[in-house]
Amino acid sequence: MSDFPHTPPKQSWTYSNDVNAEIRRAAATGIYDIRGGGSKRKLPHFDDLLFLGASISRYPLEGYREKCATDVWLGTRYAKKPIHLDIPVTIAGMSFGALSGPAKEALGRGASAAGTSTTTGDGGMTEEERGHSNTLVYQYLPSRYGMNPDDLRRADAIEVVVGQGAKPGGGGMLLGQKISDRVAKMRNLPKGIDQRSACRHPDWTGPDDLEIKIMEIREITDWEKPIYVKIGGARPYYDTALAVKAGADVVVLDGMQGGTAATQDVFIENVGMPILACIPLAVKALQDLGMHRKVQLIVSGGIRTGADVAKAMALGADAVAIGTAALIALGDNDPKWESEYNKLGTTAGAYDDWHEGRDPAGITTQDPELFNRFDPILGGRRLKNYLKVMTLEAQTIARACGKNHLHNLEPEDLCALTIEGAAMAGVPLAGTNWIPGKNGF
Amino acid sequence: MQTFDLEAQGLRALNQALHNLKGANTNETAWEVVNPKGSHAIAVGVDAPIDITVRGSTGYYCAGMNKQATIRVKGSAGPGVAENMMSGTVIIDGDASQYAGATGRGGLLVIKGNASSRCGISMKGIDIVVHGNIGHMSCFMAQSGNILVLGDAGDALGDSLYEAHLFVRGTVKSLGTDCIEKEMRPEHLAIIADLLKRGEAEHLAKPSDFKRYGSARKLYTFNIDNASSY
Repeated sequence: MSDFPHTPPKQSWTYSNDVNAEIRRAAATGIYDIRGGGSKRKLPHFDDLLFLGASISRYPLEGYREKCATDVWLGTRYAKKPIHLDIPVTIAGMSFGALSGPAKEALGRGASAAGTSTTTGDGGMTEEERGHSNTLVYQYLPSRYGMNPDDLRRADAIEVVVGQGAKPGGGGMLLGQKISDRVAKMRNLPKGIDQRSACRHPDWTGPDDLEIKIMEIREITDWEKPIYVKIGGARPYYDTALAVKAGADVVVLDGMQGGTAATQDVFIENVGMPILACIPLAVKALQDLGMHRKVQLIVSGGIRTGADVAKAMALGADAVAIGTAALIALGDNDPKWESEYNKLGTTAGAYDDWHEGRDPAGITTQDPELFNRFDPILGGRRLKNYLKVMTLEAQTIARACGKNHLHNLEPEDLCALTIEGAAMAGVPLAGTNWIPGKNGF
Repeated sequence: MQTFDLEAQGLRALNQALHNLKGANTNETAWEVVNPKGSHAIAVGVDAPIDITVRGSTGYYCAGMNKQATIRVKGSAGPGVAENMMSGTVIIDGDASQYAGATGRGGLLVIKGNASSRCGISMKGIDIVVHGNIGHMSCFMAQSGNILVLGDAGDALGDSLYEAHLFVRGTVKSLGTDCIEKEMRPEHLAIIADLLKRGEAEHLAKPSDFKRYGSARKLYTFNIDNASSY
């Protein structure tokens, strides 16, 4: 050994250990990495925003005495039977197939107890979910797995899915491990094969066709049901405008933090925009058309707390949807299963191989041994608790901003901690009156 | 016979009147729709064992999600005729545009003229009989059910096919990924004979005229060595 100082080993930023591990994995397996969940990158998010609270120029509401309403109407534009929810936090579409029957039941129980809606997914409507959901949104997807007019009519709203935040422009894949007899039957496919879901609808393309498709669904359901159009966070200004033009009652906008049951990691991490960047553009489209609040906007993708709810609504959303957070509330990724996560080569909080159907928490599986671990009554109670807490948190913030309804929150209640957050949200950088990009600056 | 003037009475009134028949004890079992003039969504979501004759051509999604009814179009049909049909029979005297019978789960769709592209796309149990030709990408991702084509098929027939049975009498311009010609066995000839009969085509062809196409099932489980097929 020389006594002279030497250059210590230095890892490459470009070829980091994570990157190199993925290269080695690809070389060894010959398949791209498929996983569940949404983007794991550090993205500009609601954490980059703060509420200003009341001051001399505006006064707050008394925390435990003065009312701050939380209800929301959805589908008031055309539907004969619009939906009225007690809270503006809805449960996003997650399929039976991706989730177990008991998990779907728990979502229905929790949402109904909290006064909100659940949403089916790419696998049709199950009795567990319909039976336990007071308000159920039925997704109309490209695959049309399980689609039928009877379920359309027993839904409370219909969501035409054009895109999803985790994979705007992408279809889906439910791997054979999760195709049990029941899932296979609901989807008219052989048991155990990989099931591909198309990325485009089979019988319409483009906004003009969509308008006719929506009209057809309204005719089938006698114009009773609100029709939502769900879009991934890709071009939210134009997609929102086109959805409105096509006749949507509600636009559902999902950012790239929104989860998926199974998609390529490269897709999840590299396609689409964070929800923070999407909301102001969608709201602008609605405002430009004179339809803000008339066509309601539901946003999703990384909503975790009442603060996130309040921030999304302050930016102009009418309601939000949660998916990943709802699963965590049910028990997904709970450290109590740590030893089993370790056996699967992962750890609590990082488990995302939902497509493999070996979920120790019994939520993203079709294995009876695993899903019988999950108690849908307890799961429903946990979800109800979580939804109530989120609502209370949002109310707390809204009252502090002097608002007697969550819908009265506004961008003027916000500032941003980062230049990126300020530019995306269109609110001033904290301590300044600077909104990057506004007025040419 | 109930005669409904679509131009005078409007689409909403027609579909509502037809929906009102669901589960009803009714003698209104024969309906005639006049002046369709290419309107969209004619007779969608019907759920009653009735006969409906549309005197003229229709726009998008005629007979969409039909259950039980027999619907005849005395003209041609626009895109998505009988989409997601559950049961019953839909007969088009003329031609059909794109996506005829898309995602259909049951019942019988008969097209006496030609069908355009993507006929039978994602079909899930429907039977389709086309007296003429079908366009490109027909039966894409078709899951189950039968299609009988008395004429020719365009490019990429049965691409990414699952378990649907495809029978074509004429030429196939090209087969889609994972779609191959398969052996014709007696049970398939019986299916064809039944489709010819129910499809009002017994006088036009015989079962032995057809070739059978189906899935090679190579895409059923992902394999990197098949990546160029996707």
